[in-house]
Amino acid sequence: MSLSQGKNTFQSRSRAAIEDPKLRANFLSAMDGLMSKRDQAFEDKAQLERLRILGAQVRQNALVKLPELLVELETKLTQKGVQVHWAQSPEEAVDIIKAISLNVGAKNIIKGKSMVSEEIHLNEKMAEIGVRCLESDLGEYIIQLAKETPSHIVMPAIHKNTAEIADLLHEKTGIERKEDAIYMTEQARLQLRKNFMAADIGLSGVNFAVAETGTLCLVENEGNGRLSTTVPKTHIAIMGIEKVVEKLEDVTPLLSLLTRSATGQAITTYFNMISGPRKENELDGPESVHLVLLDHGRTQMYQDDELLETLRCIRCAACMNHCPVYTRVGGHAYGFTYPGPIGKILMPHLEGLDETQALPTASSLCGACAEVCPVKIPIPDLLVRLREESNNENRQTSRVKGAGVKRHGIEPIIWSMWRWWHQGEKRYNFMTSMMAQFRFLQPKTLSPWTHYRSLPKLAKKTFHQQMKERQVRINRQAENLKATSKGEKL
Amino acid sequence: MTARSAILEKLTQAAKIRAGEGNKIPNRPDFCVMERDVMDLTSLCNQFETVISKVNGEVIRTSEENLVICIQQLLQDKQVKCLLLPSAHEFQETLAKSVEEILLYDREIEQWKDQLFNNIDASITSTLGGIAETGSLVLWPSLEEPRLMSLVPPIHIAILHKKDIQPTFWHFMKRHNWSQGMPTNALLISGPSKTADIEQTLAYGVHGPKELIVLLVE
Ligand code: SF4
Repeated sequence: MSLSQGKNTFQSRSRAAIEDPKLRANFLSAMDGLMSKRDQAFEDKAQLERLRILGAQVRQNALVKLPELLVELETKLTQKGVQVHWAQSPEEAVDIIKAISLNVGAKNIIKGKSMVSEEIHLNEKMAEIGVRCLESDLGEYIIQLAKETPSHIVMPAIHKNTAEIADLLHEKTGIERKEDAIYMTEQARLQLRKNFMAADIGLSGVNFAVAETGTLCLVENEGNGRLSTTVPKTHIAIMGIEKVVEKLEDVTPLLSLLTRSATGQAITTYFNMISGPRKENELDGPESVHLVLLDHGRTQMYQDDELLETLRCIRCAACMNHCPVYTRVGGHAYGFTYPGPIGKILMPHLEGLDETQALPTASSLCGACAEVCPVKIPIPDLLVRLREESNNENRQTSRVKGAGVKRHGIEPIIWSMWRWWHQGEKRYNFMTSMMAQFRFLQPKTLSPWTHYRSLPKLAKKTFHQQMKERQVRINRQAENLKATSKGEKL
Repeated sequence: MTARSAILEKLTQAAKIRAGEGNKIPNRPDFCVMERDVMDLTSLCNQFETVISKVNGEVIRTSEENLVICIQQLLQDKQVKCLLLPSAHEFQETLAKSVEEILLYDREIEQWKDQLFNNIDASITSTLGGIAETGSLVLWPSLEEPRLMSLVPPIHIAILHKKDIQPTFWHFMKRHNWSQGMPTNALLISGPSKTADIEQTLAYGVHGPKELIVLLVE
């Protein structure tokens, strides 16, 4: 889906989304709900601010020490019998998972929610070798039935309303068509139970990985994550290399920030901490556990102090819930695995700016995302940075893949002239007074600016001229005043 | 070059440059924001009950002497026919009268998956403690109480002792010195399983238990 993006596809997709009233209504009500839940979950705003500072510090601390922490995590996990694999690209990650599947003769994989598995398009890739991946998170299950991709990183099926889901489940699974979320949830439970029992491999993501203790932490409400990581004989966890934290205590502020920012819950139903496969004598749990560590553009961000901040993200989705653009166009319009503000600063590194050039511009820079981000990622600053990178003239030296993609045609020439005009007082004044004088030559439209905005008109007189005249007027008035006051005295 | 060394080399290079630019490794962050005003056990208990009740967790207060009677009553109220107990459970004999069948988790899961998933109405587990601020139970599944006991049966009954309640997760892990060693699996459970994936309508009992009953022993 993310490959071969045409140039204007974000524009055309977002236009289509805006003209779809049902989609807009679904997103609007969902985002309103999520925003107010988050707000209520953080009653004490001073406390929230202190917690955000700690959250940001904990993540930054882990990033500064990232190479050592990854090695420590690997050592600790290996000691406990977990097999750790490293992948630079999605292809490598897929190959690792394929090899494990072939090795254990797997036919069925049951999946807990994992955005990284979406990032590497795992389901389609495994189908190539005849292994079926079944999503077990209810939202993911729904969109898998609909053959769609997630439109939100926490609530994947948020673009659908109850009626649409009732139609879908009725059509695809043969259950009665009832617009009743509780009935449908119960039916999905029954449908998925046998799949948990039959699956050969359980696959999950990771929310935090603790280097100190070698622990993989999973956050969830449904219990499908626990089933996926406990019932099948093999468990594969997959995570981006940035997900590691140094100490066990580091997860406490992050967990508290994550669940409240995401859905307004004090905590999710389950917080699952896995530190190894089934030990001898234990009666359940997977016999083998694998961890796949994925790079996919993350080391690129790591090279640059500013871009590094992107890696603090804990995938809470608060930025998209509060984004006026996301709320209006929805998650699919972006066309990439991660939508919304976080997607706009992340996807260019994963897929290259050339593939994703519309993303950094799909923002009004209103700053709502940075205001709510629990780990204080300055998203608008990063968007501006990526816009600059898109026009970077030093393609070779830039650290961003696809930099300079927008630098072509006469635009750079116009801007360098613009700069030249502004660098000398005389030429500046000359140019502006010429423009004021010949203002009747100004074009009537300035597309695409004037499609939605009124045309700004050049003034009769330049700002400098007006200021000069004003000064003259003031001086004259002052003189008059002096003259009259002198007269009074006499 | 393997993927591992390629990734680590890129990271180490960048980290070196950073260190070279005079960026010192920062001190460990200060966790004072996680501190809480001291609360007595009774207030912690009350807080625990309030919070877990909000997410449909049921709390029944009882005492050590009345615990068995309380469980018997509960099994009757919930019409439990088949009960799952840890192997060699102290109440095994007393509870046998209250239900039609008692199963013990004493075999490897592979040998009786079907039965576990399909026949059992309720299970009873112990807990390591509770967390007041988030209304969470802390469980360390073990040889006697394997992981699936608290997950597969539709009703999960958990026994929590008042003295084991801590203000926050952070306090809990400090108190129990978790950084020195973790079991293969540790869990926080806060209410019965739930989802809001269908248009944000809350539905309890998705893949895990539909009911969570905490017997709070005071
Ligand atoms: S960027 Fe911040 S707000 Fe957005 S998902 Fe990541 S942590 Fe949450």
